[in-house]
Amino acid sequence: MAATVDARGLSCPQPVIMTLDEIKKGQDKEIIILVDTDTSKENVSRAAESQGFAVHNVTPEGEGYRITITKG
Amino acid sequence: MNGKNIFATRWGIIGVGACIGILAPLLQKLGNPGNMGICVACFERDIAGGLGLHRAAVVQYIRPEIIGFVLGALIAAYLFKEYRPRAGSAPIVRFVLGVFAMIGALVFLGCPWRAVLRLAGGDGNAILGLLGLTFGIWIGTLFLKNGYNLGRSQTTHTTAGWMLPLIMLGFLVLMLIFPQIEGQDKHGVLWYSLKGPGSMHAPLLLSLTVGLGIGFLAQRSRFCTMGAIRDAVLFGQTHLLSGFLALLVFAFLTNLVLSQFKMGFAGQPVAHTQHIWNFAGMALSGLAFALAGGCPGRQLFLAGEGDGDAAVFVMGMIVGAGISHNFGLASSPEGVGTYGIPAVVVGLLVCLFIGFTMRRKSA
Repeated sequence: MAATVDARGLSCPQPVIMTLDEIKKGQDKEIIILVDTDTSKENVSRAAESQGFAVHNVTPEGEGYRITITKG
Repeated sequence: MNGKNIFATRWGIIGVGACIGILAPLLQKLGNPGNMGICVACFERDIAGGLGLHRAAVVQYIRPEIIGFVLGALIAAYLFKEYRPRAGSAPIVRFVLGVFAMIGALVFLGCPWRAVLRLAGGDGNAILGLLGLTFGIWIGTLFLKNGYNLGRSQTTHTTAGWMLPLIMLGFLVLMLIFPQIEGQDKHGVLWYSLKGPGSMHAPLLLSLTVGLGIGFLAQRSRFCTMGAIRDAVLFGQTHLLSGFLALLVFAFLTNLVLSQFKMGFAGQPVAHTQHIWNFAGMALSGLAFALAGGCPGRQLFLAGEGDGDAAVFVMGMIVGAGISHNFGLASSPEGVGTYGIPAVVVGLLVCLFIGFTMRRKSA
């Protein structure tokens, strides 16, 4: 079961902070992040990659995106 | 929406920083004030003066660059399907942060954009400003680490996101109806400066075009001067910082080419040498920008892509400029204003209060 981070509606840099917090917990090899702006999508993807995660999948969902990152 | 955004790559952000770094000194060459090719805080202050929200005679002009920033970002957001009307993340707090960000910036005499442009022009006082900016942002990152946030925004009506762009369009229309008349300080509803920085400006169409171009590029690249320092301090990420540094390097080189580089502390254009207050003014600004999630330029670009909360921050800055000059808080080349020092202290206390109390544990 992948952990889900709901960062919709939160402004910069909250989505990245929440993603990194989840990564630091180290419990899941797969994390799903929900964001609602393209900026957040880019920032979260960049932060995940810097932590050794791969951006597995980005799909539009509602007004924003569902980003799936996996530990490589 | 689907293709990769090349402006958001490392080279993209460096390219945008370089572009701004070349265009700003060129605007200075074409008429804008010294080391002020672009200054978001100063230009919003001039807009406040042009509207008569303050009556400092030397800083009254509706700056087309600011209008261009918002409208350029709006155009980019629509073209790339990124326009997202949203609002409701503690707007009144953002307004107050905007007011104090402006008060701090006018004690230093510049926003982060102008701080690097001043440094690129050889103004040593900018070093104190940039150190202060970094210090303020560092305090902001401590709050961020401890759960500070302003809460979620909500999707809203398309019209709500249009409010600031429409206000800017309104300013442009006013400028066209009531253009500056040689030797007159007022035409219709608008005020103009006959001397001082407000009287110095590049031709309207040129300023507007450059503003539109930068607004477009900055929206695509997410260029942010506060974020540049914040991300480096908070995450060790240098993505935005590389754009900020590109601005500095290219502005420096362009100044050299245009013979606009003059090194020193004393006698720099629109600057004073009170080091402590250059530092403290920018520390206040930096903290306010960090708590609000973006530098003054970024707030304009966000407002252009539909962020109503960023628009409220912008309005806070414009009102803050009115307060700064009406209350005697703003500095001048002679030094800090009569009540500038207590205003910085009050501003820092207000920002600390907001930082300590607006925390929510992320569930």
